[in-house]
Amino acid sequence: MSVLVQEADFDVGAEMANMRAGRADIGALVSFTGLVREMPNGSEMVLEHYPGMTEKALQKIDAEARARWALQDCCIIHRYGPLEAGAQIVLVLTASPHRKAAFEAAEFIMDFLKSRAPFWKKEAGQGWVDAREADETALKRWR
Amino acid sequence: MQVLYFAWLRERIGLPKEQVETEAETVADLVLELKSREPRYAAAFEDMSAVRVAVDQELTDLDAPLKGVSEVAFFPPMTGG
Repeated sequence: MSVLVQEADFDVGAEMANMRAGRADIGALVSFTGLVREMPNGSEMVLEHYPGMTEKALQKIDAEARARWALQDCCIIHRYGPLEAGAQIVLVLTASPHRKAAFEAAEFIMDFLKSRAPFWKKEAGQGWVDAREADETALKRWR
Repeated sequence: MQVLYFAWLRERIGLPKEQVETEAETVADLVLELKSREPRYAAAFEDMSAVRVAVDQELTDLDAPLKGVSEVAFFPPMTGG
């Protein structure tokens, strides 16, 4: 298990290789990468977070995913600080013997991370990004 | 206790954190106390439906008791991912 909150970028290929290294029991390795979408007005944003609580919140989401699905491994990397359009923001990796668990767990983690991990986006020239109702609704299907 | 503010709450109040000596029993009481201090607090806490709260780094609500608590944080709904 690993949860990382960092300003630095990450290497998706290297993280996936790292998860597979030294084992041959994984049948499905799912990777989700969230990117900064280009915005019409201004293409930079800053991601603020709550050091300490962020790590705890992500670890809790990670633990819940592991309790619900038979995951062999799981990794969440979330960046903070200034991020330009096209930049990687978040990486979720899930590994399981068969694909269903890995796919579902990755989606579950992303759904919770969106509105339960203490991050706030501010777009250059646009101000703070409002939370989306759809993100809150997305949590309901996991109840 | 330490009180922290994030995102637009931090900007409106004008500081990221402060030490607050309080007898407030719940988060709601603390909010009332802060609001009565200065207009910038009153402005930041005007619409509590837009404010989320964490007590000792766990998400909770306005009814949460403050006895023995060391850290309270106020912030808008989260926008991660």
